[in-house]
This record gives sequence, C-alpha cells and structure tokens, in this order.
Amino acid sequence: MTTTAFLRQAALVLAVGFCTVTSALADTTLLNVSYDPTRELYQDINRSFGAEWKAKTGETVKISQSHGGSGAQARSVIDGLEADVVTLALAYDIDAIASKAGLLSPDWQARLPYQSAPYTSTIVFLVRKGNPKQIKDWDDVARPGIQVITPNPKTSGGARWNYLAAWGYALNKYDRDEAKARQFLAALFKNVPVFDSGARGATTTFVQRGLGDVLLAWENEAILAVEELGKGQFEIVVPSMSILAEPPVAVVDKVVDKHGTRAVAEAYLRYLYSPDGQEIGARHHYRPRDPAVAARHAAEFPAVKLFTVEALGGWQKAQTTHFNDGGVFDQIVGGAKP
Amino acid sequence: MAVAAVAVAGSQRHRALSEPRWVRWLLTGLALATFGLFLLLPLLTVFGEALAKGVSSYWAALSDEDALAAVRLTLLVAGITVPLNVVFGVIAAWCVAKFDFAGKSVLISLIDLPFSVSPVISGLIYVLLFGLQGLLGPWLAALGIKIIFAVPGLVLATLFVTFPYVARELIPLMEEQGTEEEEAAVVLGASGWRVFWRVTLPNIKWGLLYGVLLCNARAMGEFGAVSVVSGHIRGQTTTMPLQVEILYNEYNFVAAFAIASVLAMLALVTLAVKSALEWRFSKEIAGMGH
Amino acid sequence: MSAAKSSVIPGFGPTLGFTLFYLGLVVLIPLAALLLRAAGLGWGQFVDAAFSARVLAAYRLSFGGALLAAAANVGAGLLVAWVLVRYEFPGRKLVDALVDLPFALPTAVAGIALTAIYAPNGPLGRLLLQAGIKVAFTPLGVVVAMVFIGFPFVVRTVQPVLQDLEVEHEEAAVSLGANRLQVFGRVILPAILPALLTGFALAFARALGEYGSVIFIAGNMPGLSEIAPLLIVTKLEQYDYAGATAIAAVMLVAAFTLLLLINTLQKWRHARLHGG
Repeated sequence: MTTTAFLRQAALVLAVGFCTVTSALADTTLLNVSYDPTRELYQDINRSFGAEWKAKTGETVKISQSHGGSGAQARSVIDGLEADVVTLALAYDIDAIASKAGLLSPDWQARLPYQSAPYTSTIVFLVRKGNPKQIKDWDDVARPGIQVITPNPKTSGGARWNYLAAWGYALNKYDRDEAKARQFLAALFKNVPVFDSGARGATTTFVQRGLGDVLLAWENEAILAVEELGKGQFEIVVPSMSILAEPPVAVVDKVVDKHGTRAVAEAYLRYLYSPDGQEIGARHHYRPRDPAVAARHAAEFPAVKLFTVEALGGWQKAQTTHFNDGGVFDQIVGGAKP
Repeated sequence: MAVAAVAVAGSQRHRALSEPRWVRWLLTGLALATFGLFLLLPLLTVFGEALAKGVSSYWAALSDEDALAAVRLTLLVAGITVPLNVVFGVIAAWCVAKFDFAGKSVLISLIDLPFSVSPVISGLIYVLLFGLQGLLGPWLAALGIKIIFAVPGLVLATLFVTFPYVARELIPLMEEQGTEEEEAAVVLGASGWRVFWRVTLPNIKWGLLYGVLLCNARAMGEFGAVSVVSGHIRGQTTTMPLQVEILYNEYNFVAAFAIASVLAMLALVTLAVKSALEWRFSKEIAGMGH
Repeated sequence: MSAAKSSVIPGFGPTLGFTLFYLGLVVLIPLAALLLRAAGLGWGQFVDAAFSARVLAAYRLSFGGALLAAAANVGAGLLVAWVLVRYEFPGRKLVDALVDLPFALPTAVAGIALTAIYAPNGPLGRLLLQAGIKVAFTPLGVVVAMVFIGFPFVVRTVQPVLQDLEVEHEEAAVSLGANRLQVFGRVILPAILPALLTGFALAFARALGEYGSVIFIAGNMPGLSEIAPLLIVTKLEQYDYAGATAIAAVMLVAAFTLLLLINTLQKWRHARLHGG
C-alpha cells in the first residue's frame, strides 16, 4: 500500500511535460552562426532582408541565429553545426573552418568585396565619466597605477583585437622594435586585474562590478554599453591610433549545397553590402564601407589612424607568435605575475 | 524507518534525547547563517535582478516565444534523462549494496566518475564521438543522423552529467540498512520483485526522492556540457540555462534572471512534493497505527 | 564472481549485468573516446601539454580548492542536515527545499550572482573588504563558488541516514549513562560516517571539474587564479583537441584514484563494522 502510493506520487513527479519542440517551418531556413556582439545587428538585418527577399522572390525565408564566442562557434561548425553562413569575429576562425573541415574553399576571403568584411570597427577605450585618470592614448593605458579591463586573448576573439591594437601602436611608437613593444605590452597587461573569458563578460565587470579605470572594447560594443548600461556614466576615448577590425562573413559551401540554399545565402551576405544593409550596420555602430552611408554617419565615427592585421603579418602569424601556448602573450603575463 | 512517525508521535520521546536548549539554538542559528550566506543571498540576488523593472517586464520575459521554446526543450530533456537514470540508479544501488563482490569499490568509483569530469569535457566527449571530425561523425552524416547540435546530443550530455545522482544517493543508505529484512522476506518465500516492492522500496523512499529531485534539478540546470553540444540556435537548441546566457549577453538582465528564477523555483517544487508525500504517508501511518 | 555475503537475495546477476551495460554505454565508451584522443599524442607532447608549469599551478588550484570546499561542505552540510532532521524551527521546510538550489540554478547564473555579492562593490564584498578580505577575483572566490555548487551533496547524503537512525540506540546509550556528546560520537557519528564520506567525495569531485560558476568569480589570472578546466578551454580555442584531452585525462585519472581511495576505505570500514 505504502509503496504503490509512493510510486504513484513519484510517477507524477517524473511526468514532467513531455512536449515536443516544434520549429516553425518556413519556405527556406538559413542558419547564421555568428559571434557575441552581433546579436542586435542581425536581428534587424534578418527582418529587413526577409522583407526584401519576400518582395523580390515571393519566398519566405526564416533566418535562425546562433551566437557565442567566435572560436567556439567556429569549432561547432567544424564539428558539424550546419551553418549556411558564418559571420565571425576574425578571419582566422573562418580559415580554420576551411582548413580543418574543408567546408568552404580556402580562397573564401576573395569572394566578397573588402576581403569579405562588409563592416568594420576599431578598438577604443571606455572610461568613467569625466575621465578621472586622464586616459587619452595607449601610453596612459600602460601607465603604472591604471587598472585595465580586457578579456582573455586566449579565449576571446575581441581580446585578440585589443591586444593587436596595442601591439601595432607599440611597434609604431618604438619604430618596429619588437623587444620594446613587448615591454610596452607587459606594462599594459600588468595593469589587468581580471581576465574575463569573453568580451561581454569584461564589459559587465567594468560596468556592473565597477572594476577598473578603462575598458578596452570594440567601438560598437563601447557605444552600446554607454547607451544600454549607463547613459552619462561613461565616456568613450578614441586613441590616436588603433586597429582596423574587420569581422568577416562567408557562405559555407558544403552546407548550402546540401541544403540547396546557396542563392539565398549569397543574397543574404550581399545584402550586408547594400545601402540598406550598410545603414543598419551603421545604426548598430559598425563603421560602414559604403562611402555615402559613411558620410551620413561621419559624426559618430571619429577619424582615427588605422592599421590592419595584414600590416602585422596576418592572422596566422599573429596567432602562432602571440596567442598560442608559450607565445608572446604567455611570456608577458607569465612575467607580469606578482 | 518512518521519519513521519518520528515527527508525529515522537516529539515527547525526542525531548529526553535532545540537546540543551542553548545548543539547539546555537546550531540552528549557525545552520541558518550558513544557509543565508550561501543559498538565500544568491537566490535573493536572482529575484532582485529579475524583478528590477517590475512584475510586468518579468512576465513579458517569461512569455517570450524563445523563452517558452527553451522551457519546452528543458522539460523534454529532463523528461527523458531523469527516468532513465532513476531506473539505473535503483538497479545499481541494489547490486552494490546487497551483494559483496570483487571490484565493488572500482565499480562505485566508476559510477562517481561523471561528477568529477569537467562539464566542458562531458560535452566534448560526445563531440569527439559524434562530431563531423569525430570517430562516428562521417558515418552518421552519411546516414543523415544528427546527434550533436540537436536534441539527442543534449539528452546524451545531460544523461552523462546526471548519471550518478540516484545511484549515489541510494548506495550509502541501502548499505547502512543492511540486508536482514530482505533476507527474512526471502526466507519467508517472497519473490525478488516482491521483496523489492514491499521491503526495500519503502525503506529507501526518502533517499530515492532526494536522488530524483537532485537528478532533476541538475538535468534542468546543467549549463557547461549542454553548451558544448547545443549549437546555440535560438528557439531550437537552447535550453533554459543557455537562454539565460544568451539574454545576459544581450544585456537583457531582467529576462535572463527571470528565467533563472524559474529554475530556482524548482527548489520550491521540491518543497511541495515533499510536503505532499509527507502528509500522505503520515495519514497512512496514523491509519495503520504503526 | 561470487555474491558471498548474502546469497539468499536474488538478482545479483541481472542487476550487475545491467549496471555494467548502462555504465559502459553512458560513461565508459565516451570517456574511452577522450582517452583515445589523448593517447594520440606522443609521450613528450603529452607531458608538455599536461604538465607544464602553468598547468601544474592550475591543478594545484583546482585540487586544493576542491579539497577545501569539500571539507567546508562536510561541516556546513552536517550542521544543516542535523538541524533539518532534529530540530523544529520556523521556515524549516523552506530551508529544506532550498538546499537543492545550487543544482537547479545554472552554474553561470550562480557565478554571476556570487560575483555580484562578493565583488568589491557587492553587499558582502564591501564588508569583507573593510576587514581586509578579498573574495571575488581571488583564489578564495574560487573556493566560495566550489562550496556553493557542492553544497547539496553532504546535506542530501546525510539527511536520509539521520532520518532512519533508530532512536532506540540513542535511548540505550542514554540509559547506560552516556551524555549527549558521547552519544553523538559513539552512536550517531559512526552511523552517518559513510554518508559523510560519500558526500565529501561527491562534493570534491563536482568542485574539481566545475567551470561555469568559477570562471565568473575567479579573475582567471595565469598561475594565480586559473583553474584547470579553463586551460582545457584555452587549448580548445587553439583547435588543440589533443592537448585539451591530455589535461582532461590527467584530471580524470587523478579524480578516479581519489574516489577509489575513499570508496575502498569505506568498504573496508563497512566490512569491519558489520563483520563481513
């Protein structure tokens, strides 16, 4: 008696709703695998592109989004996540999809204008209101006594852009003397009290936890943080020189051929270059490529001397010399340890 | 045996056995302080953030379409994994606690093993097995079977992570209880099944309940392992914990903590279930005059 | 194999068979895939990946932190379980229910909430900072997160055993003139010791592998507050699956050895006590 009653009750506990997960079936479905800071951007792009595609072809297209750290997302695609298009933080990650899984051709970057990067950004500083520590340029960030918040370059794509921006500045300052540039970076990273694993985690540490004097961040992220998290509490400081961050996009050949979605996937990425797509990008604080759109938003994006990753030898070299185990970054933070 | 009996009938008897009042108060105070510091404070933080912009934003966050899809997916995954691990747990505990055999410690340690495997690795092992670059991946792809980045992968990762809970809850309890009652029943001619239903199960019901509740809580709350095999497709392969992360990263703190608060309220479901069972049993026991 | 102890009870063969089958399917085969990948490395590469100075520092933090956290959980867990089973106080049922919270709360949420509480600008962090104690973004923060996620284990393993404890034994001891402390030491503690040890082992094991909650509160400074699972993730970030599995394999073997030790100890004790 006791037992059966108990079992009946237990069965009730176990019978958590056995619902099925239904996915709304549209005519065509695309999966866009992207990195963290593009969520808001692609929400708008997807809506607007969907409307345009419907008007043009009569076909309804539903675009699913997946976001995460750029490297982790690339790994998921390599391991079988069927992304029709990838829109990641660095070319290195899409290169990995091409080289490790052969899902797209190695010359993918030549297939779309501007090395397949429809919008750009750069690395800027977010400081507290009134800039109490007077942080104006990279030299101030590396000054003793300043607390710098940046995520871990080993786990975050955004942090690698931060690192390379500082590296490029230092190389320029010390006339390409790598030993001195190293010292500069060692001083900078000595100022870092916390390594968050991702860019948005670092922003939260700076904004919500009140830690640090300056946050190194993508320009679009810094503007978003000011707007969303604390109007009037923070200021953006643009350094004299920074890196041209070019987040690339690509169609994943093997997947679109399997899904039969090549036409719409290619149209989707080309839409990013169209005046409408560029305008949406600019509204989400990405620097547009289209000169007309750029002129309209010139006030938001202060002129800054920019250099590219290619000027530093390209991603492959940057990754192996700086970020791999035992690389320059490991040597620097190993030495900076208290 | 019956806790309820102790609670109902034993309060006078208990007094003679209890500690002095000041010790009771001190211990209770210490326990409550621990509880407040480690459990209540985080819980209040979660609810505080969830309700930071009022009840209406809280409800709006919970009735969002993607949030509901995440709830359905989480219930589905827990609904598959918990019963499987309960069946395993009871059988394994029976085998380990009622018999002596060589290699028993090894077996128990192997059952414990998933606890110590980092959630990152618990997900990765399935990627290594079923991923496109994995051992079975190309073969599965040829057959058009999707395991990771789909529901089966989520179920497998959750199964792995919650594997030991029921078994480990029952083993020490059943070992402590020994085998005398079962042996007596067998000697009196009861079949194995009957012994289990009539003798063992009533004895282990509370341990079993805790095991099920822990297993279920972890199945619904698991983040790390599931994150590796999910693919993070919004509205399709995101469970509740993953949806929390998505929303948090969108700076949508209210919605993120709203969903987290629903998971936290699972603990309150525990309360309801336990109270219901206690009430039920206390009535039965009183009726039987036990 | 022989079921030496109690051959009258049926079901040894089928239950052992099923246990081994399910264990193999869910745990052993996937873990074998992991070891296989790690074994793909040469010995030199394996040592480089799994025993570099930085990884060793991370092991120290992970194992040391997990041991401390498990020990703290034995104390706190026994206290809470005892009070829940033995005493009546307002809100007892609520406390009882909320014990499971650390499992239900996604680890990332736990990490965020704990960081918010213990950060220098958090409610507790501010107080502790005045006392000169920094919690968030230090190794201490790692231990706090580990205590939190392992909290339910000891409570929930000890609780049913305490509930089942025959009051008669205690009564007998009392009538023989034992005081309360002696009753606890001689009658209660031996009975709940296996459960305590199990809870310790489980809390330790869980804390060892934890990633989600620790990562928010640790600060992740290399060599100082970097846990071993984080290094696994950084290896993966470099597409170095073999290196990642090497670290994982070392942790796995170490954890298994420790669990085996505890479980053997228990079996030995059990046999001695019950005259096996």
